[in-house]
Amino acid sequence: MSRWLPRTYLTLIYLLLYVPILVLVVFSFNDSRTGYEWGGLSLRWYEALFNNRAMVQAMWNSLWLALSAATVSTIIGALTALALHRYRFRGKKVLNGMLFIVMMSPEIVLAISLLALFLLVGLQLGYVSLLLAHVTFCLPFVVITVMARLSGFDERLPEAARDLGASDFTMTRTVLIPVIMPALLAGWLLGFTLSLDDVVVSTFVSGPSYEILPLRIYSMVRVGLKPEVNALGTLLLVFSLVMLMLSQWILLRSKR
Amino acid sequence: MRSARQQPFRTAVLILVWGWLLFLVFTPNLLVVGASVMTRDPGTFISLPLNLDAYRQLLNPLYLEVFLHSLYMAAMTTLICLLIGYPFAWSLSKVARQHQVLLIFLLIVPFWTNSLVRTYALKLILATNGLLNSALMSLGLIEEPLQMLYTEGAVIIGLVYLLLPFMILPLYAVFDDLRDDLLRASHDLGAGRFSTFIHVIVPLTLPGVLAGVMLVLLPAMGLFFVPDILGGSRNLLVGNVIKNQFLDARNWPFGAAASIVLTLAMAFLMFAHRLSKRRIGEEGV
Repeated sequence: MSRWLPRTYLTLIYLLLYVPILVLVVFSFNDSRTGYEWGGLSLRWYEALFNNRAMVQAMWNSLWLALSAATVSTIIGALTALALHRYRFRGKKVLNGMLFIVMMSPEIVLAISLLALFLLVGLQLGYVSLLLAHVTFCLPFVVITVMARLSGFDERLPEAARDLGASDFTMTRTVLIPVIMPALLAGWLLGFTLSLDDVVVSTFVSGPSYEILPLRIYSMVRVGLKPEVNALGTLLLVFSLVMLMLSQWILLRSKR
Repeated sequence: MRSARQQPFRTAVLILVWGWLLFLVFTPNLLVVGASVMTRDPGTFISLPLNLDAYRQLLNPLYLEVFLHSLYMAAMTTLICLLIGYPFAWSLSKVARQHQVLLIFLLIVPFWTNSLVRTYALKLILATNGLLNSALMSLGLIEEPLQMLYTEGAVIIGLVYLLLPFMILPLYAVFDDLRDDLLRASHDLGAGRFSTFIHVIVPLTLPGVLAGVMLVLLPAMGLFFVPDILGGSRNLLVGNVIKNQFLDARNWPFGAAASIVLTLAMAFLMFAHRLSKRRIGEEGV
């Protein structure tokens, strides 16, 4: 195979992937009201965005939700990974299977099953239902990240700790947690991004008491074009990019 | 078993993990299965008696048409992703190692950015007075703006755009594992390029193809916001029907039955994927 053909092809596809994002970013600085024509540079849509109270409130709600969902899923996910890695117990395969199902099943299936649960147990839809749902879909990703780290880990270390008289809890705290720290951080960042970007599950399990960003965007873009969305999209893009780079940096650094 | 003082931690961890998964994964899925065989009830959402009406309703020509159209759009999406993704992953695996990391990173950046916002960005491009029409008109290629938004094509473009990385990543994984000595062996045994492709490369990359198909086909039936933004009311996905039944029409049994069909489709694809992997394993490659 000649060298330039694959390279040209790769470049072309990358261009196609990035053109819509570039358009969004460029148009977020567009002064024109119609949204299609270029009317000069302006920050008016960013201004409009921050003057929109409901929008700012939704932004805080989303950030708080992502923060808490990422934290809870990291804790539970890490404990799950440790249990799967270290303990022998009945139904391990079932546990693995359930995590796999959460990861593979279409989001909408997870969404309606959680909605059914919340309504039948009488949980009011809002922050708590969103948190439970987001932690659930973030969980398998944290488990995988932590498991990957644990699988390359010297088994003699925890044995040594135990021989020296450490309890399981002490050993976990002083030996295992430091080892999986990079994976915990990466998993946390992953969960944060997943939570912040989710539309499908949130559509079902959120209530009017707790409006979050993706749903606010959703209701805006269904009817026509809203230039504020360009500005908001650009901000989200920069934010996700920073988070992603941070998580990659942490993972790469820990490998050295 | 280990000494007694180590047990409380272990027990606490296992209870937490099992509790979470049983309450938030197992029970909800059971509820959906249950709801699908119950009767619609305006007050409590579902009630007895048990029946298969919801499944019968799936076969109602009106809905059957929506499902088949959704399946068609999902299949087209998958096919286009495969046609773009296969050579893409192959090319990617040929690039120098140190560049691959960066290229993979560039591939996953868009897929960690808000998919809703990216779908909206496509609207800016595809609209009647959008960028693509303006560009084509100023180049003199078309006289009148084309109607691209609110068509089947727009939905497929949107789905391909959102799901392409999910096709490429598993394909890249199999191409990355493809050993050059096998290709050389095939060449030494007198196989031409085409023959090597059909008899060596295709079978060895099949698990990646199936994994990619699985990761694209199912979401392509569920991402209801894509037709909402790009497709208008005539190009609905199964996801739109499920969402409608649960949030607007309040017909839980029907929505649940539709989602079970999706789940069964997933189970079938997963089974095919396992089978293809095992076959390769048995052939000792």
